[in-house]
Amino acid sequence: MTERLDGPQAAGGGDSAAGASSGPSETPADPSSDSPQSSEVPQSSETPQSADSPQPGAPLPGSDADTPPPDSPAASDSPTVSEEPPAGPAAGYATAAPPGAVATADASATAGAAKALVRLGPSPRLAVMFLLPALLLLAAWVIYPIVYSIWRSLYDSAGDRFVGLSNYLSIFTDSSTLTTIRNNIIWVVVAPVIVTALGLIFAVLTERIRWSTAFKLVLFMPMAVSLLAAGVIFRLVYEQDPDKGVANAVITTVHDAFSAGAGYPGARPRENDQAPAAVQGGAVVTKQQAQAGTPVLIPLVGLTQDAVKNTAPAKAAPGGDGLSGTIWLDVVRGGGGTLNQIDPQEKGLAGVTVEAVSGGAVKATTETAADGTFRFSGLPAGSYVVRLPQSNFTAPFNGLTWLGPSLITPAIIGAYIWVWAGFAMVLIAAGLSAIPRDALEAARIDGATEWQVFRRITVPLLSPVLLVVFVTMIINVLKVFDLVFIIAPGSVQPQANVIALEMWRVSFGGGGNQGLGSALSIFLLVLVVPFMIFNIRRFRRDEG
Amino acid sequence: MTTLAEPLHAQSMRRGLIARAVDRLGGGLVQVFMILVALFWLLPTLGLLVVSLRGETENNSSGWWTLFTKPAQLTVDNYSNLLASGFGSSFWNTVLITVPATLLVIGIAAMAAYAFAWIEFPGRDLVFLVVIALLVVPVQIALIPIAKLYGALGIFGSILGVVLFHVAFGLPFAIFLLRNFFVGIPRELLEAARMDGAPEWRIFATVVFPLAKPAIASLGIFQFLWVWNDLLVALVFADTGNQPMTKALQSQMRQFGTNVDILAPGAFLSLIIPLVLFFAFQRYFVQGMLAGSVK
Repeated sequence: MTERLDGPQAAGGGDSAAGASSGPSETPADPSSDSPQSSEVPQSSETPQSADSPQPGAPLPGSDADTPPPDSPAASDSPTVSEEPPAGPAAGYATAAPPGAVATADASATAGAAKALVRLGPSPRLAVMFLLPALLLLAAWVIYPIVYSIWRSLYDSAGDRFVGLSNYLSIFTDSSTLTTIRNNIIWVVVAPVIVTALGLIFAVLTERIRWSTAFKLVLFMPMAVSLLAAGVIFRLVYEQDPDKGVANAVITTVHDAFSAGAGYPGARPRENDQAPAAVQGGAVVTKQQAQAGTPVLIPLVGLTQDAVKNTAPAKAAPGGDGLSGTIWLDVVRGGGGTLNQIDPQEKGLAGVTVEAVSGGAVKATTETAADGTFRFSGLPAGSYVVRLPQSNFTAPFNGLTWLGPSLITPAIIGAYIWVWAGFAMVLIAAGLSAIPRDALEAARIDGATEWQVFRRITVPLLSPVLLVVFVTMIINVLKVFDLVFIIAPGSVQPQANVIALEMWRVSFGGGGNQGLGSALSIFLLVLVVPFMIFNIRRFRRDEG
Repeated sequence: MTTLAEPLHAQSMRRGLIARAVDRLGGGLVQVFMILVALFWLLPTLGLLVVSLRGETENNSSGWWTLFTKPAQLTVDNYSNLLASGFGSSFWNTVLITVPATLLVIGIAAMAAYAFAWIEFPGRDLVFLVVIALLVVPVQIALIPIAKLYGALGIFGSILGVVLFHVAFGLPFAIFLLRNFFVGIPRELLEAARMDGAPEWRIFATVVFPLAKPAIASLGIFQFLWVWNDLLVALVFADTGNQPMTKALQSQMRQFGTNVDILAPGAFLSLIIPLVLFFAFQRYFVQGMLAGSVK
């Protein structure tokens, strides 16, 4: 968990406001009911209790709205006032306000609240004392850097020469930064959708298992793990060698289960006249016609002893009826042995595909046993050529190059999903538990299928939560840094690069261009501004 | 009555039977699917643990999953080697950075949140909206300016600089979370204290702060995890002598293939404390998350 949760919404405090709010009021012009309500909004938006439940004996907030503008300067401090007036929590009180209050309602509202508080509350000067440390830190570490970065982004790498917007221009013209932008677009399009969808699926399905708490803990656990550790974990998962990386181990196992796997790349007959077989178009073919009853010997070389460590010592095939023979590695460890003869230490080649060919057509196919022997049974009498098709000698499937240039971004997104799906699931599950069961049950009783219930009732009712998760993920994805930095090996980092990483790279990681770095950080900030606005609007709506 | 009820009853019985059969079949599939998903989420971390407990030769020759077919190849050599190589000091640095950064954020944010929730002052709404806006500001924006600032102040590379950076960027979320919790505290409690003439700081310390323990626990665990797990801030602002575990491990990444015997135990050591905290306080963790994003 190295990213904070960016999607704000009212917590405990919101509850008090939410209880009374009844959705945004779109008709502020109606003097009889709505607008006096909306006049209550600003005060209650911040401290619902402050106005609605003052000290004993205080007038109802509704009558606060009567107080005309003398205090109105305070209202200018309340940004909640002018746009989209939400329904006030004080709906019950609202009728007390005369229509005349409407015109000044917005202005007087906050003022009323301020007045009500000042009567008993502490002085604003005290607020400064409480706020000072936080505001100083925010001003010096967050606000000032934004201003400084804007200024710095207009200067060259050394910071001496004013270059105007050329740093920004180079973001959109330089091919390496364009790659980072392309990658960020891929991230934003793919990752939030998958995380939200998986979160939804898991949240719905956890309701059907008894061990849902354990399941949630398991999926949620990566949130506690640093992205660096997650990166190391996935570097191990994505190791190329199927004997090290679990991803390729699984893929090759599945692949081998569906296609003949025992490959002996590099195996070949000796290239001399005594060798009984020779290479023909990639396949190994016997030079002599083979006869039933006379076992065929096909000695091969070109393999290490490792390649045959799992096979049995080679044996001569018994004669008898049918075409039989032995395929073995005609090499004795440490030297010695007789060429083209099966020596005791020599190993058979297991699982080799063998074809009996007559007149250019394959008449029968079989496979060698662990000791390298094969036998065609039920083959019509005649003379055949024994052929080992090329498929025996092609390299075995070794899995995907996860960390190569083409798969690197999908691979890192996979790790990202692993980290964040639990977050989405827990948030959505919380939303799910708030859905009235009656609605679902009623639909089921009416004969709706589970899919219809999910599609027509669950998802629409969950849509606010889904939106929050989705937006939180977008904000998070825009800033993705650690996973790319750690998982992508140095050689493919240019292909996996994202804006946040490029910013660090050009400013601190050897790029030495803080002008461009500042421009990139401003670019990143501009990208999150829409979500800033989203958060503010949502907060104001929830508080209203 | 009965004649009408009879077929209805039978019908619903039949529907119930089919539905139950479908449910049972579907339920079985769901179980299998969820077990697979859980395995999918567990295996990578398990792999890290096993790799960290295997010798270099084993890790180079076979996958960690072969543990299940031929056990008894585990060793803690990697860990003792790692600690002998001085990794312990970066562990200590992580603690020195994380604990003050967490405590400072809680204290400073609680004061500010108290002002936002319970003290009326001009411009309060606007200032609070600015805090909300700052929630999403990327830390990248501050790296260059603060590096300059620290250079001028002479604290570049120090633990203090890293701590202050984390505190500042932890504040918006912390203020937001606590303010929303404080607003929900019954007004009567404060009014009573104010009537008694208690000074505001004492109300804050004796009434609000104790009541807010759950919210502070949520915030504390979030901030702790965020700072403990941070790489980027440490990468820029911490000297090699003051570097936390994440930066120490990152410097080993370049030779990933040959360094697994350092990286795996290091990564596991770095995540063991967050994991313990997570399991101990997962209730607060979830609460904080819900409060931070969804009602």
